[in-house]
Amino acid sequence: MDTEKLNSTCCPPDAPPADKGVKSTCCAGPGRAPINLSASSGIETVTSELTLSDRFNAVRCRLGGFRMHYIVRPGIYAVGAPGPDSDVFVSANYRLSFNVLRRSLRNMNAWILVIDTKGINVWCAAGKGAFGTDELVGRIFETRLSNIVNHRRIILPQLGGPGVAGHLVQKQTGFKVLWGPVNAADIRAYVEAGYKASKAMRSVRFNLFDRLILTPMELVPALKIFPLYALAVLLVFALAPTGISATGAEAYGLPFLVMAGAAVFSGAFLTPVLLPYIPNRSFAIKGWLTGLLTTVVAARSIGIYSMPDALIIMTFVFFPLLSSYIALQFTGATTFTGPSGVKKELRYAMPLYITAAGASIVLIIAFKLSQWGVL
Amino acid sequence: MIYLKDVTTLRLDTTACTGCGRCAEVCARAVFEMRERKSVIIKPDACIECGACAKNCAYGAITVTSGVGCAAAFINGMLTGNAPECGCGPKGSSGCC
Ligand code: SF4
Ligand code: SF4
Repeated sequence: MDTEKLNSTCCPPDAPPADKGVKSTCCAGPGRAPINLSASSGIETVTSELTLSDRFNAVRCRLGGFRMHYIVRPGIYAVGAPGPDSDVFVSANYRLSFNVLRRSLRNMNAWILVIDTKGINVWCAAGKGAFGTDELVGRIFETRLSNIVNHRRIILPQLGGPGVAGHLVQKQTGFKVLWGPVNAADIRAYVEAGYKASKAMRSVRFNLFDRLILTPMELVPALKIFPLYALAVLLVFALAPTGISATGAEAYGLPFLVMAGAAVFSGAFLTPVLLPYIPNRSFAIKGWLTGLLTTVVAARSIGIYSMPDALIIMTFVFFPLLSSYIALQFTGATTFTGPSGVKKELRYAMPLYITAAGASIVLIIAFKLSQWGVL
Repeated sequence: MIYLKDVTTLRLDTTACTGCGRCAEVCARAVFEMRERKSVIIKPDACIECGACAKNCAYGAITVTSGVGCAAAFINGMLTGNAPECGCGPKGSSGCC
């Protein structure tokens, strides 16, 4: 039962050991022994149960920022009581991936080979090459895997495919790469079926829940910029020939804060969640359509229509496209968008966004000038 | 779900294919199907250009220009002049993946 111990391995794999006089509260704080996975057997045993703090950390990770400190030390780990014939599962050293894997191995006896992916999940790391052939080959030799098991097969998460060339691993180490299922939850079924994954197990899903848990990652960056936007908008509408006018800020500034909030909600939440039900394949267009609808509704409820024409036009030029821009960012979180498609979208959408932003500024200036009686 | 049509850079050279089936196994988007001991691209529009198939074809029968399907990566790339990279690297805190 070393879960407690594992929870404190927040140090990067290359962190200096404590006995070199390095003071770190993280991995070797006062009175705490450094986690040494290479001690004697070189094998750490982990439980397959997740603790409350594992779950809490999972939530924190979803919110971003915290993810970089969420690293498992590379090496070989034992789940249950594995022997020389037990299966070897390869994992990224991103703790969420590792946790999901060890939970899926509940009541099984198996080895987990954690390779150094710089704390990044399998899919991202494979795309960058960190979950790669060389790292895996090196780790197989370093852990002396061939002394630990008698067989010569390792099971990799299928999503590691973009980074690892199975045939090269076999050529260099003798270990045959078996591609496990996409989801660790299917591992038991995969093993029981004689290392065969069904078509469903081979495909990435992207259901409502998958989309929902990703929306915080979309909302957080937008909300970070929001205060700056709010300040600028309030200031612009407060500006009067006589100085600063609070009524101007209130009459025009506040409604436009609400409109921006609606556009962010539309682009970062509504569009991702309703993705399959919004017409068109393009994310930019999906986001624009949802944004248009939100803008119509929000504009009505806060009385944009009684404003001067320049501001009404600006509302419908700017906010649906803001939603579109934010929705386009969600391509990074999905499992079915490729670079060629994204590039194609950006080629037509970026000039449009820039033009619309420019036009909106011109419209606001026109409004201000007519307000001041210049125009 | 399926993204844009007719954009993938995926190409399969049937003459070089030995029918080993690795591509169909490793592709998470069910793009290939094995027919009469050859691999066939049955759903090109489902391809996300991840590169897994090309990487795992020992016979070099597959080519694809792989990369990340992430708008933020390309926008960052345009702004900084660097290669598109998603924010899940050591520098980025809130990644795109
Ligand atoms: S991996 Fe290459 S050789 Fe094997 S079936 Fe696919 S294309 Fe053919
Ligand atoms: S690039 Fe990826 S998604 Fe496209 S066919 Fe190959 S493995 Fe499948």
